[in-house]
Amino acid sequence: MRTDAAATVAEDQLKTSTDRILSELEGLEGPLLPILHALQAEFGFVPQQAVPLISDRLNLGRAEVAGVISFYHDFRAAPAGRRVIRVCRAEACQSMGGTDLAQRLQDKLGIGWGETTPDGSVTLEAVYCLGLCACAPAVQVDGDLLGRADMDRIETILEGAAQ
Amino acid sequence: MKIYLPRDAAAKALGAESIAAAIQAEATQRGIDITLVRTGTRGMIWLEPLVEVEIDGIRHGFGPMLESDVPALFDDLAAHPRALGPVDELDWMKRQTRLTFARCGVIDPLSLDDYRAHGGLTGLRRALDMTGQQIVDEVKTSGLRGRGGAGFPTGIKWQTVHDADAPQKYIVCNADEGDSGTFADRMIMEGDPFTLIEGMAIAGLGVGATRGYVYLRSEYPDAIAVMTRAVDIARAAGVLGADVLGSGRAFDMEIRTGAGAYVCGEETSLLNSLEGKRGVVRAKPPLPALEGFLGRPTVVNNVISLATVPVIFEKGAQYYADFGLGRSRGTVTLQIAGNVKRGGLFETAFGITLDEAVNDLGGGTATGRPVMAVQVGGPLGAYLPVSKFDAPLGYEELDAKGGLLGHAGLVVFDDQADMLQMARFAMEFCAIESCGKCTPCRIGAVRGVETIDRIAQGDGAAIELLTDLCETMKEGSLCALGGFTPFPVMSALTHFPDAFARQKEAAE
Repeated sequence: MRTDAAATVAEDQLKTSTDRILSELEGLEGPLLPILHALQAEFGFVPQQAVPLISDRLNLGRAEVAGVISFYHDFRAAPAGRRVIRVCRAEACQSMGGTDLAQRLQDKLGIGWGETTPDGSVTLEAVYCLGLCACAPAVQVDGDLLGRADMDRIETILEGAAQ
Repeated sequence: MKIYLPRDAAAKALGAESIAAAIQAEATQRGIDITLVRTGTRGMIWLEPLVEVEIDGIRHGFGPMLESDVPALFDDLAAHPRALGPVDELDWMKRQTRLTFARCGVIDPLSLDDYRAHGGLTGLRRALDMTGQQIVDEVKTSGLRGRGGAGFPTGIKWQTVHDADAPQKYIVCNADEGDSGTFADRMIMEGDPFTLIEGMAIAGLGVGATRGYVYLRSEYPDAIAVMTRAVDIARAAGVLGADVLGSGRAFDMEIRTGAGAYVCGEETSLLNSLEGKRGVVRAKPPLPALEGFLGRPTVVNNVISLATVPVIFEKGAQYYADFGLGRSRGTVTLQIAGNVKRGGLFETAFGITLDEAVNDLGGGTATGRPVMAVQVGGPLGAYLPVSKFDAPLGYEELDAKGGLLGHAGLVVFDDQADMLQMARFAMEFCAIESCGKCTPCRIGAVRGVETIDRIAQGDGAAIELLTDLCETMKEGSLCALGGFTPFPVMSALTHFPDAFARQKEAAE
């Protein structure tokens, strides 16, 4: 889980959505991860306020639910920037200059891993393998995957969306 | 005019979507009626996006395609600048033994009719006429071993679950393919999802499990989408459900998404995650085969292991076992990656050497510089120098060279790679991804980074400390994350001592 300051959502919206998600998924075997993914899809992050609602319905301790959320890299405590750039840091991408590409991106954006630019436009994340190891280095810009990525192509995508 | 183009994530990452749009636009403009079939990838990633056009029933390849190459597809094809000739005749394809990946890149992944027309469901139908024990025996005869890395005989695992007495048993597919340099799981799930579904159904029939889960990493959104859709299609067609192919026997399955934890590729931490807990490793025993998901007997197998089951039942166990080397039977799905000229997936009988894979098939480095090292088997695998390239790829054979076959991913590095930094990264990665349960991994990896930094600053005495730390991690860790991180570290230190000594001289 990210370490950004925790964000909140309006109480009535939180309750309505969380209740709906819980009713839909609580019958699954091992429902907690699907529930957390659904909350993040709904709000863009997993609101801490949802923890007591989940623990009541699933009959789990609040610490247990909070512990699960904090264990996984995917779950956010606050919304990401408008664009999310994920850069693969793993070995295959390193062999093709991924480390240098990551450094240039960090310099250009002025942020480090897991950080969002002050204007909220871009969040930069490290990812450990996108399965594009035969066309490294690999980058993901929102839903778009980039093989043999370079700064030009990343910038083209970012600009394309800004228009 | 029938045109094929992959929808695989790697093809998309190299521009397949814009090629698809350009083909449609060009056809519309010229008033030509086309059928554009989106397939998986053939695995020749350096040729992606690879367009195939059917001419007199034979598929001719064109790639790697740029948008500007699209109009010429509608002119004289023989004169096309990207023409490669018949795809099945290409050296890379001809030299393979495609058993698990026979359909990948050929069929429309979400067409059950296509799947059936290419031998799909034959294995499942055969299994439906067999007893559970006969199914388990067939897998034992095939010699199939876990393709996820550990190489445990699949049939023995199934036997344990088969023999266990429980009101509910499970088949869990480990699709948490987090190792760098590996993409075979992703490729088969995106390119031939029904083969995994069929394999899981056969496993269910074999051991008496009626429910299955695929634990699929969140970093693979395309695979998640294809698998989810394929499960729906299979259920609607009666392949899954309460009455599998009209047999009166039940098997159903769900796709579950991981949440970005590498350690969840370890089977016990995967089971905890699937249950909705922190992905912390469990001590063994009890074996997951006896007390797995929700404490029930559970088969946990890798994607490729399960996806290979249908072809074993279609062609017969002995047919499969006749391929291979020593105790490594059947085929290995090599993934040639990193700094390599021709990267991709190559399925062949066990026994091919590293040299042939890297230099012959892979064509050496992409940068054109000399090959310096290959990391075999993911972030927990050893870095092997060129002097070890005569190693044949098999579980025991690579072990004898101090390596680890793992999921059969090969990451190639040229002579510019900094092996001290690679060793440091192995420790850093272990520190980031450690589940925290055992001390050698949780603390050891952090100390490992610090110790390698000391070596980098010229403290030669720290090398002994690093060696000792690696020994502790290897012997004292609960799972392969802490236990195998010493492989890349120590292999870098052993085979590339200059990278560690040069730093010392620089400081002096």
